[in-house]
Parts: sequence; structure tokens; C-alpha cells
Amino acid sequence: MKVAITSTGAGLSSEVDPRFGRAAYFIIYDTDSGEFEAIDNSENAAGAGGVGVKSGQLMVDKGVEWVITGSVGPNAFQVLSSAGIKIAPGASGKVADAIEDFKAGKLSETSSATAKSHTGLQ
Amino acid sequence: MSKTIAIASGKGGTGKTTFAVNLFAVVDEPVTLIDCDVEEPNCHLFLQTEPEKTERFSVLLPEVNFDKCTGCRRCAEVCRYNAMVVIDKKPMLFEELCHNCGGCARQCPQEAIKEVPKEVATINIATWRDKKFVYGLLDIGQARSSPVIDYLRKNFSNTDDGYTLIDCPPGTACPAVESVRGVDLLVLITEPTPFGINDLELAIKMGKALGLKQAVIVNRADLGAGDVKALCERYDVPIIGEIGFDKEIAKAYSQGKIISDVIESFRNICEGIWQRICELASETEEIKQ
Repeated sequence: MKVAITSTGAGLSSEVDPRFGRAAYFIIYDTDSGEFEAIDNSENAAGAGGVGVKSGQLMVDKGVEWVITGSVGPNAFQVLSSAGIKIAPGASGKVADAIEDFKAGKLSETSSATAKSHTGLQ
Repeated sequence: MSKTIAIASGKGGTGKTTFAVNLFAVVDEPVTLIDCDVEEPNCHLFLQTEPEKTERFSVLLPEVNFDKCTGCRRCAEVCRYNAMVVIDKKPMLFEELCHNCGGCARQCPQEAIKEVPKEVATINIATWRDKKFVYGLLDIGQARSSPVIDYLRKNFSNTDDGYTLIDCPPGTACPAVESVRGVDLLVLITEPTPFGINDLELAIKMGKALGLKQAVIVNRADLGAGDVKALCERYDVPIIGEIGFDKEIAKAYSQGKIISDVIESFRNICEGIWQRICELASETEEIKQ
């Protein structure tokens, strides 16, 4: 299963980025093989608006089943939930730790957005 | 040749509407007042005139014909506002992100997108003492005022010999920019408080960035500790009027009166300011839009 973790850097030892739309990187991690790919999101993260929508589109295109992040805004939530992607907010610490927490069932799915619009700009 | 004068400020509550309304009242020449503060228009509360005509204003939103759509994603690719996503080959629009540019409809290779109108505001057209007065009001829940402001200015500005006065929204973001773009003179109302000064500088910078000729009016000029003069000298912007705090003015304002109707000294000040505005505006070239 492919999961995406929002990250401040390109590796598993990077800190989780608490923002979804404006995350610096997405780590696309395969829970079966343990392989991962880092996607630089900095250009989109610096955009004026619709950033959560665009990051959501990227998740759809990458075929991830779960997004593991700090919080998620209303537009991103709508894109992800429309595509059947599950969201586990509340992650923190290193990306590798967040993956372990997720595998251990410590991060649960949210059924609604957990942040207001433009939270990532603050 | 027609001239457009924008009455703006960085800070809210400095007296934009007061001056817009009172200048409108003292002008003898043909003049139209447009209240471009479409989120919370106030001029009509002073003018107390009922609109003769109201019309609904619509923006165009893309609508996808899913029978024709192949899910090629061209619409999402061309949208610079990220208003369109494609999930399972089906486009999905985020209405509040859409800027109504029509790019997706024009670029769709299947011609599967058509633009449909959506009402977002009411336009009120009135006459006050034989002068034209127009104001817009954005519907509750609508996020973007710029298209309404653009429509008001394009359709109701005075095109004959005469003047158009624009009462602008506060701030320096999109609605303010849309209200002042291309005017012959940008008149900034400020007060000599730390907040007034701070926001005046932002407003002057906005005006400079837009290449506008500017002038400043200092309201409640004898209150507060900020140095408006030093700031205006630094940016080479003339101060064309200073009004001290006056309890009688404040009282007339608080009762919703046209101050220049009831206080002669205030009327004289407004007439003097209007003369300076006309001089400065006549120096600028014809409106560039």
C-alpha cells in the first residue's frame, strides 16, 4: 500500500511537515516494500491559492491510499475524500516515526478537515 | 475629458466615505459616485436615496458536460488558480477558487466545458441631487469582490466631460487595487496615529506600484502622535487638506448627516480640497485601463 507523508525534507529522517497543502515535500512510501520516493512540493507550496487542491491532485495522481500529515484544510480534504484517499492527521516527529506510528495504528482516520483555509500561510 | 478620482486609505475608519460623500455633495460639475466597497458599502447610508434600478451581477463559471469530457486534464493544467482537479477522469471545480477567466472552456479540446452565469452581487443605481450614484453589494457567502468592482467601474464611470468619484474598500489587497487601478488621482485619507501612518505607507506603496498620482488628506489632524508630513515628504506625495478634530463634525457624522450641508467651515474645506483635486487630476493623462 502506498502512503504519503508530508515532510520538511527529502528523507525518512526529516521532520514531518505539519501542513498538507504547503508541505515542503511528500514522501511516497510503500508499506509493503519499504521503498520511498520524495517529491519536492516547494513550488506549489509558495503559490497564492488553491495549494491544497493542487497537492490533493498530486496525491490522486500518485495513487496513494493514505495521507499522513499534521492537519488538512477543507479544499484538500474534499479532493482527497472524493478520490477515496484516507487522511491520518496528528502526525509529528520524524517521517520514519510517523510511519511506525501509522503501522501501529496510533494515527486514526479523520472524517473532516482539521484546519481552516489558509492555515499553512500562518 | 473625464477624470476619475479614487478615495482610499490603508486603514479603515479614517474617513474615506465621509470625504467621498462630502466631495460628491460640493461638486458643481457633472459627477458620478461609485461605492466600490462592495463588501460593506456605506455611502447610501449618508445619501439616503433609494435605488431607481437594481440589477443582479453574475460571473461565469465553467460547467462540464461529462458526456463529452474524456478526462484529458487540460482544464486542470491551464488553471493557474488550481480551481479544477481531475479525479478518475472527472473534472471537479472549486468554485471559490475560480477567477472566471474562461481559460478551461477555451482550452478544452472536446468543447466539453461551457461557461454558465452565477449571480454574486446586486448593483444599485440611484440619483442624488441630480447626480448619479451607484453601489454594489456582494452576496453573503461570496468571496471575491474584484469582478463586481471591475463591472461597476467599466459600466458606470462618467465618460463625458465630468468626474467619477470612487469610494474604495480599505486595505491594499485585490479589492483596493481593482478600485484604484488607472485612476487620474488617488486621494488617500489618513489620521496621524501610528496605525494610520503605518497603513498610509502601505497605501502609498500600492499607489506607486500602480504608477498613480497621489495626494493625502489628514483627518483629525490635531490628534495623535504620528508624523504624516515626514512620511509624505519622503514619498513626495502632497498633502491637500488637513482637518482638525471637531466635535460638531463628529456629531453630524454620528447622526448620518451630510456634514457639508450643516457645517459651513467643513463645506469650505471640502470645496478647497476639490479644487486641488481638479488641478492635480488635470495634470494626468487620460485614464489608462
